[in-house]
This record gives sequence, structure tokens and C-alpha cells, in this order.
Amino acid sequence: MHPIHFIVFLPLLAAIVGGLTNKAAPAVFTKGLTTGALFVAAVLSWMVFLPFVAGTAEAQVVPVLQWVQSGTLSFDWALRVDTLTAVMLVVITTVSALVHLYSWGYMEEDPDQPRFFAYLSLFTFAMLMLVTADNLVQMFFGWEGVGLASYLLIGFWFKKPSANAAAIKAFVVNRVGDLGFMLGIFGTFLVFGTVDIPRILEMAPAMSGSDITFMGMRLYTMDILCILLFIGAMGKSAQLGLHTWLPDAMEGPTPVSALIHAATMVTAGVFMVCRLSPMFETAPVALGVVTFIGAATCIFAATVGTTQWDIKRVIAYSTCSQLGYMFFAAGVGAYGAAMFHLFTHAFFKALLFLGAGSVIHAMHHEQDMRYYGGLRKHIPLTFYAMLAGTLAITGLGVYHLGVGFAGFWSKDAIIEVAFARGTEVASFAFWMGVFAALLTSFYSWRLMFLTFWGKPRWIESEHIQHSVHKTPEQAGEDTTGGYHPHESPVSMLIPLGVLTVGAIAAGQVFAPAFLDSADFWDGSIFYNEPLIHAMHGVPVLVKYAAFIVMLLGFVIAWYGYIRNTAFPAKVAEQLGPVYRFLYNKWYFDELYDRIFVRPAFWIGRQLWQRGDVGIIDRFGPNGAAWVVERGVGVAKRVQSGYLTSYALIMLLGLVAAVTWILM
Amino acid sequence: MDGFPILSLLLAVPLVAAVACLFLSDNGARWTALAATLVNLALGVVLWLNYDIGGAQWQFQESLNLFAGFKYALGIDGIALMLIVLSVFLMPICILASWESITRRVGEYMAAFLFMELLMIGVFAAQDLFLFYIFFEAGLIPMYLIIGIWGGDNRIYASYKFFLYTLLGSVLMLIAMLWMVGEAGTTDIPTLMQYDFPAGAQTWLWLAFFASFAVKMPMWPVHTWLPDAHVQAPTAGSVILAGVLLKMGGYGFIRFSLPMFPEASAQFLWLVLGLSMAAVVITSLIALVQHDMKKLIAYSSVAHMAIVTAGLFAFNQQGLEGAMVMMLSHGLVSGALFLCVGVIYDRLHTREIGRYGGLSINMPKYALFFLLFTMASIGLPGTSGFVAEFLSLAGIYEVSSVATFVLTTGIILGAAYMLYLYRRVAFGEQKNADAAAMPDLNLREWIMLGPIAAAVLWMGVYPESFLAPMRKDIAALDARLARAEPAGDARLEAGAPREHAANYVESEGHHETGGKSEGEH
Repeated sequence: MHPIHFIVFLPLLAAIVGGLTNKAAPAVFTKGLTTGALFVAAVLSWMVFLPFVAGTAEAQVVPVLQWVQSGTLSFDWALRVDTLTAVMLVVITTVSALVHLYSWGYMEEDPDQPRFFAYLSLFTFAMLMLVTADNLVQMFFGWEGVGLASYLLIGFWFKKPSANAAAIKAFVVNRVGDLGFMLGIFGTFLVFGTVDIPRILEMAPAMSGSDITFMGMRLYTMDILCILLFIGAMGKSAQLGLHTWLPDAMEGPTPVSALIHAATMVTAGVFMVCRLSPMFETAPVALGVVTFIGAATCIFAATVGTTQWDIKRVIAYSTCSQLGYMFFAAGVGAYGAAMFHLFTHAFFKALLFLGAGSVIHAMHHEQDMRYYGGLRKHIPLTFYAMLAGTLAITGLGVYHLGVGFAGFWSKDAIIEVAFARGTEVASFAFWMGVFAALLTSFYSWRLMFLTFWGKPRWIESEHIQHSVHKTPEQAGEDTTGGYHPHESPVSMLIPLGVLTVGAIAAGQVFAPAFLDSADFWDGSIFYNEPLIHAMHGVPVLVKYAAFIVMLLGFVIAWYGYIRNTAFPAKVAEQLGPVYRFLYNKWYFDELYDRIFVRPAFWIGRQLWQRGDVGIIDRFGPNGAAWVVERGVGVAKRVQSGYLTSYALIMLLGLVAAVTWILM
Repeated sequence: MDGFPILSLLLAVPLVAAVACLFLSDNGARWTALAATLVNLALGVVLWLNYDIGGAQWQFQESLNLFAGFKYALGIDGIALMLIVLSVFLMPICILASWESITRRVGEYMAAFLFMELLMIGVFAAQDLFLFYIFFEAGLIPMYLIIGIWGGDNRIYASYKFFLYTLLGSVLMLIAMLWMVGEAGTTDIPTLMQYDFPAGAQTWLWLAFFASFAVKMPMWPVHTWLPDAHVQAPTAGSVILAGVLLKMGGYGFIRFSLPMFPEASAQFLWLVLGLSMAAVVITSLIALVQHDMKKLIAYSSVAHMAIVTAGLFAFNQQGLEGAMVMMLSHGLVSGALFLCVGVIYDRLHTREIGRYGGLSINMPKYALFFLLFTMASIGLPGTSGFVAEFLSLAGIYEVSSVATFVLTTGIILGAAYMLYLYRRVAFGEQKNADAAAMPDLNLREWIMLGPIAAAVLWMGVYPESFLAPMRKDIAALDARLARAEPAGDARLEAGAPREHAANYVESEGHHETGGKSEGEH
């Protein structure tokens, strides 16, 4: 038995046993079982990962079971372990274990805890199957498995209509991406005769000059295959156009948002592009698309994030934006940097989400930042954790000192490499990346200032009013209304502590391996050595670009939310249409509702009532019945029983027959 | 097993039991039917275990000359084997599903079902053209009675519609069969499968068979009998209708149209693909707006069967095997979904989706089964539906990327209508007091749904058990079709590979070569 067996299948086992036990045993049984399984898996994952860092481990594939064999198409269940997988293993199992632990506190009062923990473990299993896949179909298995878990967890509070709607939206929008993914797999099989990833990567360069017909268009083979696969990645990683499900997914419990919609599942698309990087490197147009979509998402989501009031939505758009960074890093060929940002982002974004969860927990499930304020004195530990997360995402660090928070190392590397790459689309990505860094700093500090600084404003919140049984009028001067938020229990604080360490140190510790070491990656991604050299050689101003805009964003946020708090409203008023455009998320939801959702239902009704009932049935079976009925009527009249009319008919028949013969 | 007439035994057991049921008390009929179907299930397992994979193409053959060249000839290959196993697997479940819900004329009901089983097995086991025709057509009678006698309020309209639709196609098939026997001089199906009919005649013969099979499938636009038949049929009737009767159309294509008329099949490729594409999009959109659970699942069946027809006409191993797995998978999954509807219909006596809601709260076990079958229906990997969909579509892609694109949109629409259904039934508030008071699954219902769930997962995780017996037969069919195989639309043309990777940069300096500019068209 290889440790990977335990890493992958312990969570599955825990999910099945714990889930089927459900309420038959005390909740602590399932909670203990799943959390225990995940901690074991996490420890084992680090034991698998560290030898890769040290350079003593070798990539291997552990077979599990035959799956499908049909003619020349065959694929099996197998677990691949190489550097790329090992990175994902530690990210997934560590964050998942911490989220399991955190949920002990966060979900304390929920009556359905066993179900929740079983779903979390099921998700972890599917995600692990995704990253250990050795063929495209198993990757798709994991891909859909995490989709299912995400659907179940977003809709965990299934009595809420909004949660149900969000769950379905997440699944269906992802399926649009899956359409691309599936066509990509079919095309890959058609071209290479296999769905085995190593063999595809081996054969891809030889196909780089070939062309193929797809839907009547003559295209470069590798470009169309990679674009189709990338459409799948766009769905899962919420890239512009297919991103609409992610903000709505915040309907799920906050630990879910931290695990699935920040640290792991949404990064699956980035992982896929990196896993297939030698294939994407044979497809320049596809990489241009990846870079462009990544950069566009990066800036789009950041602009929307600046205007939202819901603390989780701000972080959700932030995630969307950071995923954009990862994609354009991959697009310009810096797969190591993309994976590095995925790695650091997992820690600091999970931290921010869990911190937000801690705030929400303290604030009686109020998520609107307008009703927060001054919380740093009430929940100081959460505050410090969030502070570390904010410093990490905004990328605080000084190039010349060589010290910085996690995001400094990974995000700055991406911005630099985009500059170093220098093509048109890379330059576009560079500028978008820099501008998005400014916005990132602004919305992150806006979130911090609104939440932790200023005066308490929570008496306006209905959640708090219910809790203290007071209206704002009754509370008078005391804007706390006598409500005193409490720090979260220790089961929630430990994960925050661990992730804080990650947010501070993950960049510093692992930068040499992830960014600069071809040996570390050991061929598991396409490693572009000259590009990394070029990245290190960019002008100093570029190296400080992210730092400068970060400070700028901080200052603007400080001015608007500490110094002159009337300022943001004034700006919003001045720039009315722009503000509304951003606040309404560029009207994507409204647009899709008009052009997809409503027409689908309308067309469905027309096809049913007019098509099936109005045409097919009317002229088909009912029409035939009508004809028969009429025919019977005629026949009845003809069979009158009068000899004379029979004779007449015979005569007519005879005349007709004779005429026909003579003609 | 040499010489032991196990196929005849499979036919005899339900026949004897059916006759017995007519004379027994209600409870006696129930237990007799259950015992007989369980015996047949056991025989089916014996058949499967004794089937020699990689052995002779036709196994367990029996033959008896009756009169005027009309033979009682039975025998199966791997394809027939799997469909027989599916039939005998679903039968005991159907009997259990009718255990409490059927209270009127129980003996006759059970007899009709057992007679149905006999005919279904007969269809898949017949090796004589006319024997096949008799079984194929006679299958209408018990189903007509089941819908017409034990059905819902509008059962008479539904049963007539069902009967007339399916009969109309069959008449043309009979004429074609008569012509074929005259031309080839034999009624032996294995011989006919190797016979090369003249290309001109193939066209007409193909169309005549198509008329019958397309209705049975059912293909768009001759599908409108199906929603009505399902809605009016009792639960078990729907299970058999969706589970096995719809498979007869697909079996007809794979046994007759494709091997006997390869050229005509290639000629009409676009007719089949076109109707399949239309079916997936149209019926999926219609399913989205249904208020009646059974109608919704019936429309989804039409969409799924369209994947079968398209897969069959992919002219390659993946498409054919995918279509076969889809038939088996759909047999299990749609059968299970109809059972799920039946479970709550028995409690509340309505199929109106809006009358339910929040069933996850009072019926968590039911909700779990329903979720599993919903996911299998939308082809989640790990369930049988995925293997089916994936193989079929992979096969079709080799013929046409356009068709594959349109057919694959079914995965989006399928997810939409099934999850929308699931949401309205299992999620949300418990807004109706009577629905909220319904008890969870009882033991009988557990026994019905449990085995199907296990089979669905088995077929999803390790489909080899089901693919292996069919592999050789499908390869043989594929080889026979090879001469008519259409060229795919991909037309892959190799070119000189690019010298550098897309993001190639020279080691010194920052300007790029190759890269983006090369890729622009």
C-alpha cells in the first residue's frame, strides 16, 4: 500500500461511513471520524510532499482498478504522484483538515452536522481524485465529483430558496464549462488515440503544426483542443463569462466557501492548465486566450469587489480576481508562478474566509459590512488573523530586503513575468495585473476598515436587533445596542492560527523551490527557464510596481473609510452609472437571465404546447383518429342496406375499372 | 450447461406462473409472481455466469422446426444476454412495486406482467425472424392491458395512442420481413445478419424497419405516445416500459438495421443524427417546464434514447458500446426514477411536483436514493450514466463534431431539468402538511431501490463486467459495418511541427520569437 491510497480513500471511507450513519449515532461520531481521517491524510500528504522539495522523491503512478476499455479507448483508475500532485495534496488536505476542525465550532448549533461533515469529506475525496488523475477521464471524474459536493454544500441549508437557486446555478454553469471539457477530451482522443495524460503530452509537440475541422471551421488542432479544455477550466475556476455562479455560491456555510470556493475546487482549472502545460505550449492562440481571459477576469472581479457590502462577496470576487492572476501567469508560460500563487492563495484566502466566518459567527450571522465597525477590540484574535491575511493578499513585502508576506512572493512574480514576456497580450495582462493589485489593496483594506475600525454600527442590523430585542430608536446613543461580539471558540481559532503562519511564511519558505527550481518541478509542468531568468531581470520600477499601487490602494481606503467617511458615498453619487454598473456586477446575471434562462423556459413551453400537443398530436394520432372516425361515418352511410344503392356503387365501380383498363 | 434448454426454461417459468396467477387468490398471485420472477432472476444469473466470453458468437442455442419453415429457434449473444439480464433483474422489483398499490384484479395483473416477461425475454432470445416478430408485437398486448385496466384517469386514450402508434410502424416491418425471407430464403437471424442485400433494396427495408424501431425507441417526432403512456401507467408498468420496452427499438437497430443493411444505415446516418439532435434539445427543453413528475422523466427518456440512436450510428466500437451501456443504464436509472415517483405517489396520490417539497426532512433515505438516481440520470462520473454518455459521445465525435456538440448540450439541459425537479421535490420548505407527514422508505421499498443503486454504481465504477460479454459481438458488428463507415468530419492533417514552444524566449534578452504571431490565422 502506498500512502496515496490512504490520503485519497480515507476521506471517502469517512464520508460514506459518517454519512450513512448520519443521525443514528451522536454527531460527534461523524465529526470525529471525518476530521480524524483528514488530519491523517494531511500528515501523510506532507510526508509525500517534503521529499519532493528535498528532491529525493520520484514521480510514480499507483494503479487501482480497471475502468473502461472500449476498442482503442481505455482508461483506468490510477493515482499519479508527482511534484504537481504533491503540491495539490498538501493544499487540499491541509486546508480541508483545518476547515473540518473549524466547522466543529462554526456549525456547533446546526442540527445536520453529520451530513455537513460527510459532504466535506466527500468533496475532499473527489478533489484528491482530480489531482491524482493520470488520464483526462479520471480528472473529469474528480471535476464532476467536486461539482456535486459543491452543489450539495452550497445548498446545504436547503430550506432557503436562495441557497437552492445558487446550488443549481453553480452546477449548471459548471456544466457549460464541462461541455467544453468533454468535447476537448473527445477531440484529444480523436487526435492522439488516447486519453492518457503522459502520452498526450509526449505526442502533443508533433501535432503542433497540424490542423483539423471543428464544427465546420478549419483550425489548428492543438489550439482548438486546448481552448475546449480551457472552457472547462473557465467554468470550474469562475473565469469571466462563466463566473456568475461563484458569488452566489457564498450562500453555503462559510467553511465551505473557504475550502471549496477559495482554496481548492476553484483552482482546479489552473491545475488542469498546469498539468497539461506541455500541451498548451504547443498552442499559442489558446495560450493567448488563457492570458486574455485571465487578465480580464482579474480586473473585472477586482472592480466589482470594490463596491460590494457583503463581506463574503467581497472575498468571493477577490478569489475570482486572484484566479485571473493564476491564469494569465500560466498563459504567459510561468506555470511555476501560477502554481505558486495557487499555493499561497490557498492559505491566505482560506484564512480570510475563515476569519470572515469568525466575524459572522461573532455578529450573529450578519454579513453586511455596513453593520460592522470597531470590531478589533471585541474579537482581537480574529482581527490579527484577518490582518495577516490582508497583508498577504495585498502583497506586503520589500524587494530589496527579500522579505514579504505570501502574496508578495507569488503575485509580484506573476506581474513581473507578464512584463518580462513582453508580447501584446502579456503586456495587457501586466497592466491589468498592476491595476488589479491597486484595487485588491483598496477593497481588502476597505473590508478591514469597515469591519474592524470606526464605531460600532450594528444596531441597524436586523440580525442583531433580533438578538438584543431592541430597535435603533430604543438603543439611542449606544450603537451596539448592548450587543457584545465574542471571540470564536478555540476550534475555530486554531485553524486561523495555522493559516496565519501559512499566510506569513508560505511565500518566503517555498519561493526558491516553486519559482526557481526546475529540479523541484521535475518535468511535472512545463518549466520555462529562460523566462524565469527574464523575470528576475525586469527593471526595478516593475519590481516595485505592485508595492507602489498597494500603498496607493491602502491610502485611498484609509482616506475613504477612516479619515473622511462621507467621501465614498460622494464618489458613488458623482459616478452614479459607473457605480451602479460595478455594484450590479456588470449586469451579467441580468443579461444571462434574459438571453438564456427565460428563453429556455419559454421555448420549452412553446415546444410542448404548440409542438407536441398542437402539431404532432393534433395532426398525428389525434388526426388519424379523426380521419378514422370520419371514415367510419362515411362507411356507415354507404352500408345503408338498400339494394339499389349497392347496385349503383357496383355500377360506378365497374365503369371506373373498365375506364382504367381501357386507358 | 450443454444441451440444457435454459432459454426455454426462462420462457416457461413466467408462462406457467402467469397461468397459475389467473386462478389464485390475490395474495397467492402476488407470491407466485414474486417467486417466478425470482427464479427467472436466478436463471438469468446462471445464464450470465455460464456465458462463455470470447466463445462462440451464439450460445445456448435451441432449435425446433414447427411448420412451413417456421422455427422455434432461440440463442443469445452478449448483447442479448445483457438485455435479458436487465429484464429479469427489473421484474421482481416491478412485482414488489405493485405489491400494495394494485388491489383490483391482482391475479390478472400479475399474469399480464409475467406474460410480459416471457415476451421480453423472447424478443432478445429469438433467432427466427418471425418468432422475433411475434414476441416483438405481442409485447404490445400485455402493456396495453396494464395501462388500459390498471392505469390512471385518462388510461383509455393513452393505451390506444400507445397501441396505434407502435402497431403502425410494425406493419411496415412485417412486409419488409416477408420480402427479406423471399430474397434470402431463410428466416434464420444469424444467417440474415451476414446476408448482403442489394443496396437498392436496403434503402426500403431500412426505412420499413426504421418505422417500427423509431416508434419503439421513441425518436422525435414520434415520441408523443410515451409521456401519455407513462403518466397513465401504474408504477411497475412505467418501470418496464422505460426499463425494457424502449430497449427493443435499440435492440432492433443493433440486431437488424445495422448488420443487415450497412449501406442503407450509412445512407440514413444524417436522418438518425438529425432526429437525435432534435430530440435531445427539444425534449430536454420540454422536460424543463413539466409539472408532472412522470411526464418530466418520460421526456428525459426520449432525450437519453436519442443518445442511444446517435451512438449506434457512430459506426465505431465506442459509439456502439456506449449505446448499449446507455440502454442498460437508462433501463436501471429511469426505472429507478419511476419507482421513486411511485414511492411518493403511493403516499400522496399525486404526480404534481408542486405538491411536494422539503422531502429531505421527513424522508432522508428516500432523498438520498433519489439524489443518486438523479445524478446517474445527468451522467455524473462514477455512475452508469456517465460511462454510457461518455462512450457514445466519444464515438459520435469521430463522425461529426457538430452532432456531438449539439448532443452534448444535453448534459447542461439534463442537469437543469433534473436538479430543478430535485429541488422542488426534496429541497425547500415543507409547505404541504400532508407531504411533510409522509413516512420514509419501508423495507419493501428499500429492497426495490437498493439493488438498482448498487447496480448503477457498479456499472459506473467497473463497467467491465457489462462490457466484456458484449465486446466480441460489437467488434464483429463494427467489422461488418466497416465497409460503409462514413468519413469523420475532423479531417486531421499533419503539418510541420512548430520549432519552439509557444512561450519560447531566448535565453539572453527579452524579445520573443515564434509565439503568438505564428498562431494567428
